[in-house]
Amino acid sequence: MNATGGTTIDTAEVERFSAMAAEWWNPKGKFRPLHKFNPVRLRYIRDEVARQFGCDLNAERPFEGLRILDIGCGGGLLCEPMRWLGAEVVGADASETNIKVARIHAEQSGLDIDYRATTAEALADEGERFDVILNMEVVEHVANVDLYLRRCAEMIKPGGLMFVATINRTMKAYALAIVGAEYVLRWLPKGTHSYDKLVRPVEIHNPLSDEGLLRRDITGMFYSPLSDSWQRSRDTDVNYMVLYERPA
Amino acid sequence: MNENEAGERQIDIMVCGAGYVGLATAVAIKQARPSLDVVLADAAPDGVWKKDGRASAIAAAACAMLQRLGVWDELEEGAQPITEMIVTDSRASDPIRPVYLTFSGEVEPGQPFAHMLMNRDLNGALRRRCDELGIEIHQGTPIAGLDRSGACAVATAKDNRRFSARLVIAADGARSRLRDWAGIRTVSWQYGQSGIVCTVAHERPHNGRAEEHFLPAGPFATLPLPGNRSSIVWTERTADAERLVNSDPFLFETELETRFGRHLGAITVESKPRAWPLGLTLARAFVTHRLALAGDAAHGIHPIAGQGLNMGFKDVAALAEVIVEADRLGLDFGQEDVLEDYQRWRRFDTVRMGATTDILNRLFSNDIAPIRLIRDIGLGIVDRMPGLKRDFIAQAAGKGGPMPRLLRGEAI
Repeated sequence: MNATGGTTIDTAEVERFSAMAAEWWNPKGKFRPLHKFNPVRLRYIRDEVARQFGCDLNAERPFEGLRILDIGCGGGLLCEPMRWLGAEVVGADASETNIKVARIHAEQSGLDIDYRATTAEALADEGERFDVILNMEVVEHVANVDLYLRRCAEMIKPGGLMFVATINRTMKAYALAIVGAEYVLRWLPKGTHSYDKLVRPVEIHNPLSDEGLLRRDITGMFYSPLSDSWQRSRDTDVNYMVLYERPA
Repeated sequence: MNENEAGERQIDIMVCGAGYVGLATAVAIKQARPSLDVVLADAAPDGVWKKDGRASAIAAAACAMLQRLGVWDELEEGAQPITEMIVTDSRASDPIRPVYLTFSGEVEPGQPFAHMLMNRDLNGALRRRCDELGIEIHQGTPIAGLDRSGACAVATAKDNRRFSARLVIAADGARSRLRDWAGIRTVSWQYGQSGIVCTVAHERPHNGRAEEHFLPAGPFATLPLPGNRSSIVWTERTADAERLVNSDPFLFETELETRFGRHLGAITVESKPRAWPLGLTLARAFVTHRLALAGDAAHGIHPIAGQGLNMGFKDVAALAEVIVEADRLGLDFGQEDVLEDYQRWRRFDTVRMGATTDILNRLFSNDIAPIRLIRDIGLGIVDRMPGLKRDFIAQAAGKGGPMPRLLRGEAI
């Protein structure tokens, strides 16, 4: 009887996480903004990684042999494409729930991804090293940006890359990314972002250049309502991505 | 063969319907992404496609795509270039039909704006290409059910074989069952007209000239085929069309001759005439989770401007490009947000073309004097305005709207 009871609890939990996985991966659901955002950042990541490591994008698995860390991976929206492209992927998230959700979905997709409920500091302490670190929409949520980025930088192999995507701390960002996205369009729950925690490019640059990284590129992204899609632009006042390299 | 515990064959893409749209889609995707497992299923028994006696006009853009797909070289020999096109507005009994529009249009020097091709030749060439690329074609395999509730879409064939795919492409024609199962509704207009299609032989050469006569009952088009033969698309009210195709062959030929004229000498009907009811059907959505509609399943238009095949090929080129681009990003191309790019790309163009041909048909299918006068003046004006006429030719050549890469003759 007891054994049966234990199984029931497990099943219920799996069902709950499956439902959450379905929600994470529903392009029309709660995470619609992330899905909309995904192609533009994926294209940027793919092209820059391919350029750095000389990958043949027409190959079936162009990222074969690369080890990639997606920190703050959520439901695995970036991990799965990276795995499809052939990379060995570690997905880390502080939330145990997110990790369970991501694992369930990866299994449904038939992908083996190393998901871990852990932090950047813990990974750095374990001596993990990566060719590419994806640091997408995370820095505006961490307690100590400076320390966090330094610990991430430690894990980049020589010749490796780190992508950081976040929202700038400008009045324009306040108007568009907080008032616009959370209060007017209701893309994101109210309180997702707080203005004080937004991060200026220089606040990323200082710790990373102290750690010996070189800034290779910075690009803005804006939402085009006409095509209902995100595009890259030179305007980095709101959403932007920066690319750093550890010289070989 | 990749089977999961549920006994489902696991593949990447299932294409339902092995007409030219389904075949070309499979070839376009497989050619760009050889690693994808693409399978075709078709309801008809093996070899039925060889009996299709119809011909289609292949616009310049579609021709560029066929070249890119590696089938044009073998098709070119049997294709008849259309080097000239005339349009008249008259009654069948008019001894002389004033010509209002002439298109001796070449899209680019040395390139006719369309070719006439037998459907079975096109189908056969695409099938050979499927073989070369390792695309399986399952004939006599109607799909009896589609389940899109799980991680993948599961298509069940009538013989209970099951295919689990990341994406199912419905190229199963105007009465697409996959579309209905997915709950995608359609908007349609019935014209009460039918298109009579047949092939005729005539004594003198047509010199690559296509003719379209706007007769009161509807357009009557002759399209040049190789040798001294032409393909006829003749529109009549449905009851009249049925009566004509079921009438005595001699009577049919006589009726045909009063419309065709004797300028190419005596004519003989070569194939049994068949009548197809005409209507305009548009799917309200072209995509949903793990399903995309292509060709007639998405839109069936009145064949007045000869755009059915070319619109279908635009679907092929756009859909294949969206799928291949997503796959190159590592994205799951069966997700609705990815497929929506295809829908956005095609729907505007489709509605515009559907509306244009609908208006053209309504304008021309009558014998009311003032309307005749207006449309004749209209055609005369079009003929005298090079810009507008170029647009017409570009449209006829399938070059309107933003072009997918394959239709520009480029690789995806």
